[in-house]
Amino acid sequence: MNAKIKKIIPQLITLSIVILIFGFFAFNAQVNMENRGIEFGFGFLSQESSFDVQFSLIEYDGSHSYARAYLVGLLNTLLVAFIGIIFSTILGVIIGIARLSSNYLIERTAAWYVEFFRNIPLLLQIFFWYFAALRALPLPQDSEPIMGVFFLTIKGLFIPSFIWQNLNIFIYSIIAVLISIIVIRTYARKLQENQGKQLPVLFISLGLIIILPLLTFLFGGVSLKFQIPVLKQLAATSFIYEGGLGIPPELIALTLALSLYTATFIAECVRAGIQGISKGQKEAAASIGLKPNQILKLVVMPQALRIIIPPTTNQYLNLTKNSSLAAAIAYPDIVLIFAGTALMQTGRAIEIVSITMLTYLSISLSISALMNWYNKSIAIKEK
Amino acid sequence: MNKLYLSKPNINNLYIYIYTGFFLIFISILDVVFNSFFEINLTTFLPTTLSFTLPLIIGFLGLYLVRIEFTGIKYLDQLNKNINTNNFNALLTLIIIFAIIKTIPPSLSWFILDANISGDSKEACTGTGACWTYIKIWIRRFIYGMYPNAEQWRINLSFIALLALGSVGYFATDKFKKYLTLYYVVIYPFIAFLFIFFFISGGPIFFEFSYGMIAFGLSIIIGFFVPKKIKLWYFLLVPILLYISLKYFFFYEETIDLGKLSGLNWVETGAWGGLSLTFIVSFFCLIFCFPVGMFLALGRRSELLLIRYISIGFIEFWRGVPLITVLFMSSVMFPMFLPEDFFMDKLVRVIIAISLFEAAYVAEVIRGGLQALPRGQYDAAKSLGMGYWKMHIFVILPQALKLVIPGIANTFLALVKDTPLILVVGLLEIVGMLNMAKTNPEWLGFSMEGYVFAAIIFWIICYAMSKYSYNLELKYKTDR
Repeated sequence: MNAKIKKIIPQLITLSIVILIFGFFAFNAQVNMENRGIEFGFGFLSQESSFDVQFSLIEYDGSHSYARAYLVGLLNTLLVAFIGIIFSTILGVIIGIARLSSNYLIERTAAWYVEFFRNIPLLLQIFFWYFAALRALPLPQDSEPIMGVFFLTIKGLFIPSFIWQNLNIFIYSIIAVLISIIVIRTYARKLQENQGKQLPVLFISLGLIIILPLLTFLFGGVSLKFQIPVLKQLAATSFIYEGGLGIPPELIALTLALSLYTATFIAECVRAGIQGISKGQKEAAASIGLKPNQILKLVVMPQALRIIIPPTTNQYLNLTKNSSLAAAIAYPDIVLIFAGTALMQTGRAIEIVSITMLTYLSISLSISALMNWYNKSIAIKEK
Repeated sequence: MNKLYLSKPNINNLYIYIYTGFFLIFISILDVVFNSFFEINLTTFLPTTLSFTLPLIIGFLGLYLVRIEFTGIKYLDQLNKNINTNNFNALLTLIIIFAIIKTIPPSLSWFILDANISGDSKEACTGTGACWTYIKIWIRRFIYGMYPNAEQWRINLSFIALLALGSVGYFATDKFKKYLTLYYVVIYPFIAFLFIFFFISGGPIFFEFSYGMIAFGLSIIIGFFVPKKIKLWYFLLVPILLYISLKYFFFYEETIDLGKLSGLNWVETGAWGGLSLTFIVSFFCLIFCFPVGMFLALGRRSELLLIRYISIGFIEFWRGVPLITVLFMSSVMFPMFLPEDFFMDKLVRVIIAISLFEAAYVAEVIRGGLQALPRGQYDAAKSLGMGYWKMHIFVILPQALKLVIPGIANTFLALVKDTPLILVVGLLEIVGMLNMAKTNPEWLGFSMEGYVFAAIIFWIICYAMSKYSYNLELKYKTDR
């Protein structure tokens, strides 16, 4: 009896403290809102937002609702996160492997890259790229085309846009290729397990990837045109590129800084993962006659990935959360549009800040749930 | 005379290969050096692409020729082993060497040769390089923010004093070593708080609040010498008595009014800024987030369900949201949660927000350490008759914290790197001051110098911290 009470009392105390704090906050919030004449509710989301956004993936202008503005911000955040994750992964893996190179110079260079970029605050890096480095670019009218079609100017990067015809057929062909590659791979594995024969899977897959989509161009009526950006004069000294795809400098600075910064952490994860494989594994693989690339593919990588993936996903999450720094250079992400402009206009601090936090929270929690599931599925099954 | 195979360097005719090889490497490096340092292109007679890649090709051939195994020449063998193992490595080596040579002249000229530091206006910057005059003129703002020039000695004094007090641990003799933890966890933060409060802030709040702080501090310090029997009574009564006596007998408001004990001028927190604010914010967040994180970690490992779930919810909430939204919450949403006439300073709110945010990360790190301890440690402590708190304070936590030094150092590094973010709520530490300075109409166009300056400072701080944590890790490493 005594032990039971001893367990219950601290729980009760903690619970009552938490309830008291929340109750205190709720009470004050109610009083404050009453005094200011605001009512708690999410009805404002359907009101007209009446502000414009510089860069949006979906159609949006001031006549749309706040909910739509939220969606614009969310998509922009996800866009930055997506591009950043791709670039940081590529860079991080290269640097991580370079850290393990037997070449002294390469190893040192990679080490200094890591030491340099991860010891400078991300915000400072974003500011550096946006306010110092990208501001040194030429004006649109002075810019020299890179390879004839890309224009890197102070107003952003302008690249040719694709104009597709019968895009759906092309996509179907890609899907068909992917499915057939999977089928071939399973067949090849079976063949190897049963008869010991090896199929040149890589060459077959590469051939399929090139040939089938090419066929759709020749016979399927698919065609692709490039629209190259053209300089256009708006006023005496104001020029802009039209046609093509314009990538705003905010997006460039943000992805650049995020990828360079996060790549250092991913590089460390990759290095730790590969170093975590004991030498005996490689020697054992070599002693049963596997070739070096087979050792890497069949023995080292599957084990290293088990160590690499969980912390790397953590870094992806960090990148997504860090993309909220976009607000500091006015890239229209969810924090700037929703927790910035929309909050200023409506004054609904509690609702808007909680929605923003809940959005990030649900992204984080869903990715970590996915990760836990994945971790369980690849964990070593011990008896 | 052995036959000479140019395509297959071997140990026969060793010196012919070595001399040709090094001659080629030398030529390639010479070409790049001339190109970048003196802007002389030695190979203008060739087409542009070829002239550009020629040093690479020549150097590659040279490295190929000297790649001979087991020559017995020490330096050559080392060179081959370290930077010249195969063709791919040789190519990368050359690219890195050339890239370094190529970047030296422009960076040298930007940082030093063509830079200006003399003068005190924008006009003094005539060179094409950096304008360090800008940094020189603005350095006070970058370090002290908008803090009045005449009062800046207060910040200097506080920081020097705190640094001196903080280094006590190095000089402590063995006799006092056991009190160090207590000193750093309780007394030092308290002294630091008093310094910030009395010196850096100053002004009328000094007297409203400081009696309580002094009473609290004094009673704790005296408390160590009080016999155990009356400790409870002592801590119940003495602080209150001290507070009353301080307020009504020692520091009369009248004596202050008479000018006998005039306080320092009040500098509001809005005027604080620059590097000193970075230090203040990271210092206090560091102090607060550690104990909070430790309790959260214990809570998450607790057997009591309710406490465990509350801890999990708290940790996962803070870890799931970006710091910028937390800061937004502290600045726009949190005031709504407080009574209307209750005012809490913005800086205090921000420090609380960052502390709670980082505490969640610290908690996860410490939890890792707790989980890494073998069960036997818990069982052994319990079998000695230790209770929950005794077990954790004397057996579990000392070992667990030792294990997680690198993790905690990383979290603290992240904290320091996160402090510039407070500019989104209008507190201008060094990056914020830079952003403000670069919009000054008299000093337009020097953003590069500013950011490079701040980057160097942050880099030094963070690099030193990470090296220090590495040393700590080595120092406290115990083999199991």
